[in-house]
Amino acid sequence: MRPTFTFQRPTFSLQSLLLLVPLAFLAVFYFFPLAAILAYSFFPNGALDLSGVRELVSDSYYWNVLWFTTWQAALSTLLTVLAALPAAYIFARYAFRGQTLVRALTTLPFLMPTIVVAPAFVALFGPRGAVNTFLMDVFDLQTAPLKLLNTVWIILLAHVFYNYTIVFRIVSGFWSNLDPQLGSAARVLGANRFRTFFEITLPLLAPAILAASLLVFIFDFTSFGVILILGGARLATLEVEIYRSAANLFDLNLAAALSLLQIGCTLALILVYTKLQTRLAAPVRLRPQAITRRKLKTWGERLGVVCALAAQLVFLLAPLAVLVFESLQTASGLGLDNYAALNVNVRGSATFIAPTDAIRNSLLFASITVALAVALGLLAAYAVARTRRGGGVLDAVFLLPLATSAVTLGFGYILAFSRDPFDFRAAIWLIPVAHTLVALPLVIRSIVPLLREIKANVREAAAVLGAAPARVFREIDLPIVMRAVIVGAVFAFTISLGEFGATTLIARPEWATMPLAIYRLLGQPGLSNYGQALALSALLMLVSAIAIALMERVRFGETGEF
Amino acid sequence: MTNTPLLALEHLFKRYEGAPLLHDVSFEIAPGEIVCLLGPSGTGKTTLLRIIAGLEEADGGDLFFQGNNLRGVPPHARGFGFMFQDLALFPHRNVFDNVAFGLRMQTPPPTRAELVRRVHDTLDLVGLNAAAFAKRDVNRLSGGEQQRVALARTLAPRPRLILFDEPLGALDRILRDELEAELRALLKRLRMTALYVTHDQDEAFALADRMLLLHAGRLEQSGAPVEIYNHPANEFVARFMGLTNLLRIEKLESRNSKFEIQTSAGCFVVEPERGLAKAPRVVLLRPNALTRIASGDAARENILRGRVLETQLRAGHQRILLETAGGIFAFEWDAPIQWNVEYVFELDARAIQLLRAEGGTE
Repeated sequence: MRPTFTFQRPTFSLQSLLLLVPLAFLAVFYFFPLAAILAYSFFPNGALDLSGVRELVSDSYYWNVLWFTTWQAALSTLLTVLAALPAAYIFARYAFRGQTLVRALTTLPFLMPTIVVAPAFVALFGPRGAVNTFLMDVFDLQTAPLKLLNTVWIILLAHVFYNYTIVFRIVSGFWSNLDPQLGSAARVLGANRFRTFFEITLPLLAPAILAASLLVFIFDFTSFGVILILGGARLATLEVEIYRSAANLFDLNLAAALSLLQIGCTLALILVYTKLQTRLAAPVRLRPQAITRRKLKTWGERLGVVCALAAQLVFLLAPLAVLVFESLQTASGLGLDNYAALNVNVRGSATFIAPTDAIRNSLLFASITVALAVALGLLAAYAVARTRRGGGVLDAVFLLPLATSAVTLGFGYILAFSRDPFDFRAAIWLIPVAHTLVALPLVIRSIVPLLREIKANVREAAAVLGAAPARVFREIDLPIVMRAVIVGAVFAFTISLGEFGATTLIARPEWATMPLAIYRLLGQPGLSNYGQALALSALLMLVSAIAIALMERVRFGETGEF
Repeated sequence: MTNTPLLALEHLFKRYEGAPLLHDVSFEIAPGEIVCLLGPSGTGKTTLLRIIAGLEEADGGDLFFQGNNLRGVPPHARGFGFMFQDLALFPHRNVFDNVAFGLRMQTPPPTRAELVRRVHDTLDLVGLNAAAFAKRDVNRLSGGEQQRVALARTLAPRPRLILFDEPLGALDRILRDELEAELRALLKRLRMTALYVTHDQDEAFALADRMLLLHAGRLEQSGAPVEIYNHPANEFVARFMGLTNLLRIEKLESRNSKFEIQTSAGCFVVEPERGLAKAPRVVLLRPNALTRIASGDAARENILRGRVLETQLRAGHQRILLETAGGIFAFEWDAPIQWNVEYVFELDARAIQLLRAEGGTE
């Protein structure tokens, strides 16, 4: 056994001190609100009162909500896996031109705000949507033949669209490092392609598929914006119920009890996920992609790959393209009328928020979120990467907010920060703080792998060549981590731009963001409101897409780790 | 001037997880000398190198460079070079910037023109065409090219002492032989002083002016490669040099100023000569010990009876594997010989050596 040593750093105490900053942030703005929900569920007015919990347990309606939440998430997950596996295979085993571009494009839906995805699906499958208009024109029908809006089908479609890239990226990444010789060995031993897949490939892929599925399930389980807009009045998940009881019915008791249920479910899911993730590092011999991928040889292969990729891109990009197209529709052909109308208060309504103000607010909050998330994320990532003992626990703790639903968080803020000494109801910084909390896990996860990748001896090599410790940080750590920081910053930026669940509960009307303005426009009757909602969604999509394009330029390889 | 060692280690001691890893290690390196530190893996070679570089601290003992104690001098102020086992090239820098790094750290830093000139000179020195390689991504170079870049990066600041930690370990034999010869020529040409750690005795033979054998944290023997190969100090050193025809001494008697030794493979009589250990425990039959096949009335001493199991070609010589009463031994034997036949060989008494047992304890 070769003993390994690390260069002793005199700055250890300073490091542990810096670690306290992100932990304190988490304590105040994450654990405290959750505790407030817990307290409110049982002691709404200081004394033990179980009415909220009793209402929840006794009313079969809420059991139905929980059941619907679960099965729609399970079905969405299954469909997502089935849809993503073929493309994962193609990307794992073949090398072809344009691969990087296609991979980047598939990420687009995942990073789109939910509040954009929902109108996009309305624009595509709604009664006035592109598909129905097309069918009505072709078959000369008077009414829309496809009635998907407010059914579970459009929700499932939107969920598959949204989470496709998670399964695709995780599974193809893992698959591309699996040794193809294992399959060859099985073939030589007499197994046909079919049996080889089911007896060798699938069992080896299982941990990756399982981990990806669980993550997708968590996202589908806590899905909010998609269901609120596409589900109509009848279909509701736990998340939507929490929102309705808190924001519409003002039944805080019930909202607290529902949040508690939600927290319990997601906590259990994230525990299983972290357990699975450690198993993902199974003793499989990973091979570099140069060995596992080959070029397309026959025309049959080329045709198959082109068809599969075309189907993938149409499914993932059509809703977004249709959204832009529909937003350009005017009474007289294509035009920018909807965009021009964004700044006009047509009805002279007192509660009117100019969409242009919403754009300004959104950009302001997103900038603050980026600064906060990057600063806290760097500190936390250093702590996670450099801590040898307990690094795994830290990692899990910082991952927690990812699984906590945004609506629960927003509701927790209402309960926690509405009375002295923490009365922050008037504090506008509470919004970027909430956004930071949602973004922080992704920021940390983009930085940690790169920090771990800097081998100790690279820093030592710099030291022996004459670089003092501060110089080593500036010359080695900073440039290497910089790209990951940019990736994390873009994550934070897009998350803040699109964040809807928490913002809708804590934002005062005058601080409305773009997603809130879109939601309000969608809720108002009339074609012009619908058009403006689409226009604003298209703008939000455009800004997010620019940020993502920037990120794809700087990211090298698969730096992200979900 | 040659009397002052460049580097002196005095009674270095290092613990690892409570257990001693280096015991009382002392040696010196003269200016311009190439010293190879040789030993099996896990014996503390790398740790010793890291202590010298200042990357780790010793638990006891002192380290002197040109007479000055290095205690408390951080690695970046020592002015040494270190070539890492896995090279540790900076992945985010191209070839030029990797090689330039050490030069840029100097005070005052060289001017841009000077920097370019020195980096290009150094690249030429290690056999890389500066024009073709300067802008290349280090992650996309072949193993041999990366080795050369790492060497250039180490050489560029002209360190006062270069420490090598098995930098050629990952390369195939042919490339290694080539680089070893080149490296020695280069170090000699630049009059550099080097301490080179390896577990491969062939590599040490190819590079070293002097070899140091480290085993379980102790220095077992120091000397020129030929000297150590011809006169291993003990059983460990012999085995490590590939001299494995070893027999335990059952009885040793002194008779007529000669030693008479009983072993399980027969009786040997040797003259006490230089290199003979005090209180010997084992007999080494050197690979060239067989002189000829004994005729019918063979002598009763210095003969070896055995059955030929295998013949192999090694470095231009035929080697036979001989199954004897004392075990299976390997000898050089260039004459034709038949397998599975028992022969009686006469031995050259000068190729029979007496050694101390496993090193360190006596």
